[in-house]
Amino acid sequence: MMGWTTLLLALREIRRNLMRSFLTVLGIVIGVAAVVTMVTLGNGATQSVSDQISSLGSNLLMLRPGQRMGPGSSSGAPNFKAEDAEAIKTQVGSLKAVAPTVSRTSVVVVGTKNWATSITGSNSDYFTSGNWTLEDGRYFSATEERAGKAVCVIGATVRKELFEAHSPVGDTMRIKQFSCEVIGVLAAKGQSAMGRDQDDTVVMPLRTVQRRLTGKQDVNTILISMQDGASTEQVTNQLTVLMRERRKLSDNEDDDFSIRDTKEIAQTLSGAIGTMTALLGAVAAVSLLVGGIGIMNIMLVSVTERTREIGIRLAIGALEKEVLMQFLTEAVVLSAFGGLVGLLLAAIACYGLASVLSLPFLFSPSINLLAFGFSAAIGVIFGYVPARRAAQLDPIEALRHE
Amino acid sequence: MNDASITVEPDALIQLAGITKTYGRGQAEFQALKGVDLSIRQGEFVAIMGPSGSGKSTAMNILGCLDTPTSGAYLFEGVHVENLSRDQRALLRRNYLGFVFQGFNLLARTTAQENVELPLLYRGETAEARHEIGMAALRSVGLEEWAHHTSSELSGGQQQRVAIARAIVTNPKVLLADEPTGNLDSKRGHEIMELLVGMNRDHGITILMVTHEPDIAAYAKRVVHFVDGEIAHDNENGGTA
Repeated sequence: MMGWTTLLLALREIRRNLMRSFLTVLGIVIGVAAVVTMVTLGNGATQSVSDQISSLGSNLLMLRPGQRMGPGSSSGAPNFKAEDAEAIKTQVGSLKAVAPTVSRTSVVVVGTKNWATSITGSNSDYFTSGNWTLEDGRYFSATEERAGKAVCVIGATVRKELFEAHSPVGDTMRIKQFSCEVIGVLAAKGQSAMGRDQDDTVVMPLRTVQRRLTGKQDVNTILISMQDGASTEQVTNQLTVLMRERRKLSDNEDDDFSIRDTKEIAQTLSGAIGTMTALLGAVAAVSLLVGGIGIMNIMLVSVTERTREIGIRLAIGALEKEVLMQFLTEAVVLSAFGGLVGLLLAAIACYGLASVLSLPFLFSPSINLLAFGFSAAIGVIFGYVPARRAAQLDPIEALRHE
Repeated sequence: MNDASITVEPDALIQLAGITKTYGRGQAEFQALKGVDLSIRQGEFVAIMGPSGSGKSTAMNILGCLDTPTSGAYLFEGVHVENLSRDQRALLRRNYLGFVFQGFNLLARTTAQENVELPLLYRGETAEARHEIGMAALRSVGLEEWAHHTSSELSGGQQQRVAIARAIVTNPKVLLADEPTGNLDSKRGHEIMELLVGMNRDHGITILMVTHEPDIAAYAKRVVHFVDGEIAHDNENGGTA
């Protein structure tokens, strides 16, 4: 008997028992749909995180006082000064921008509206290192930086909260005891990887913030943007040597500052999401396995229910392997079909969930193929036991079966 | 198992020699057949009779190559069937035997045509050949117009006709009928018997039929009586005692 005939026999049997066939494949459908949806959404989440990290700025290093490891160690470490940033700019090679920053949270008032936001003092390099672009107005000039003038560039959220539809450029905002002229509006960047609204910000010259808000010469973080193709390791080493020298650390002292790489943060986060994806995928794979056991269960019931039919086939002269192949083919056709339906369902679910969770929908051919192959394999594995039982029935007993 | 003492009869289609069949073991041991010798020639119509437990069904299963004897020799056209494997016996059934059962045993939710074509499917015939031969077989039992009806849409007599069409569709040498009229009223029963007699007469198909009804056995040319696992009488011309 040819393979085609076997397939025909199997298809006939499936058609003859549509309801049972549907219930049989339900487990596989759900299993495949779950696995593919989990992995696809996980990939989307990973992609979205790396997109957000790159929106922080590419090739960005963050220099902070204190060690990032060890509890409470940062408290004792002295802050940087604006001069540290100058020294870095002149003494470390392959750099594009060096932005000393100091941040404070403060309430900003315009007319009758007020809004608490993060106010950052820096230089114009800040916009380069953070991959910011202007939507309106201009950045502050070197003269304004040196003079510590009360000018500010505002983020999209601040603009939305405090100003009407008209351009805020030229308007003034009140921050604590001083007024400040809005000279530019930044283009929106959206949420950061950590879920912070990056557009909820006001940027002013460093000196302005130091004089009028913090009252200190301190700098919290220095953002260092490297040129494309620069070696992170080399720059980090140079920075470390320079900062140790400037902070007068002796050889036996540990660094009292830390250098973080955005790429490193991206990798850590992507790794964490990857682990989550794998975990969820594994849970979903278990449901696929349960679906396989469901197929075996129904096929076993089906063999019992169809004992007489098997007896007729055997009496007519069906070989053991022909009966085996028929039942195995039925199981494989069912599970493969279930796999296909599962993929379809997953595509719909991913499409819907991706838009709800605002994640990108990344269709992955490999996971779809893998899940489909796995579902077909489940048909072979879990279909074999019932098929063999059917094939080995005694024709006399089978014909007598009621 | 191969009994060396058997005398091969050259004109016998089927020859049983010293066939025994034992079920169970030890205390529960039960000997269904206690040494049966039987020889059937091509073209015979043999009725096998006997009370229940006489071993006639066991003998039928062995004759139909569905079961193997515990000892003794079974020659089918000179081939020792008792030595054949399960699959070899399946091939023998596929190519030389046809079965008609008391309970019809058609596939449920399957049309008459598909039922009749089933043995051809296992013989690897093409779809056109299956269709042609299958329809011819249905025509020979007078059910051509019922080809597309499923078993549940047919009467008992019609179902048995479909079963006969299925049994003869492969043009077998031997047709084994196990109580073919057992589930039918006497009118339908006699119609079925006329059909079988016609198959035997016109196509020369050898028929072995188990029955317990003397008027059904009367259609056969020869009646073999089983009692307690042995052949009690073996009469020609259906002359039941």
